[in-house]
Amino acid sequence: MRVSVQSDDFDITNEINNLRINRTDLGAIATFTGLVRDIHDNKNIKKMTLEHFPIMALKELNKIGVMAKDRWPIEELTIIHRYGELFPGDQIVLVITTSLHREAAFKAAEFIMDMLKTDAPFWKKEELEDGSRWVMSNKDDNDKKDRWK
Amino acid sequence: MNILYFASIREHIGVSSETIPHQAGIDNVNELLIYLSSKGNNYKIAFSQVDLVRVAINNEYVGLEHKVYPTDEIAFFPPMTGG
Repeated sequence: MRVSVQSDDFDITNEINNLRINRTDLGAIATFTGLVRDIHDNKNIKKMTLEHFPIMALKELNKIGVMAKDRWPIEELTIIHRYGELFPGDQIVLVITTSLHREAAFKAAEFIMDMLKTDAPFWKKEELEDGSRWVMSNKDDNDKKDRWK
Repeated sequence: MNILYFASIREHIGVSSETIPHQAGIDNVNELLIYLSSKGNNYKIAFSQVDLVRVAINNEYVGLEHKVYPTDEIAFFPPMTGG
């Protein structure tokens, strides 16, 4: 399991290839990439700053990864979450899961994203054309997490 | 007690961390929040919506009733919005 909290961008192809080294048994690789959008709640986003709680961010992402591996037959797993200043189109988060069959890879990747949204200590602040605002958590994210109970 | 603040709570209070000498009568998170809110208007605003305050003690999420000790590191932050 590879978990990284970093300011640098990531290369999806490299990350996938790292999980395939010497593995010809894998039948499925699922990837999810979260991106900065240029519009949110009808406002143009100029920049997004991601604040985080470093020790806990790493710890919680590891915990979520372990939970996913306990629930599904995942072979390998990568979670990368960025922090710092990001701009529309930039990559924020990457989840890769590999398994022998697709169902485990799909489900685990979705589970990891749903858990990460509410449990990993990151906070987004958007810079708009007329000021800035902290992104509010939404109920929908909590509902999505709860469906895995 | 070492206190950490993140995101909007950090901005309202104006510092990212501070040390609070242990006081009589502060035995749990809720009592600490009441004490901090009495320190100034910036604290009062930061903690005005207690249902939007999340807490971690020594890097573990806890509830408002959780006990606090002089050696604890206590972090306050709003609900998370990563991903």
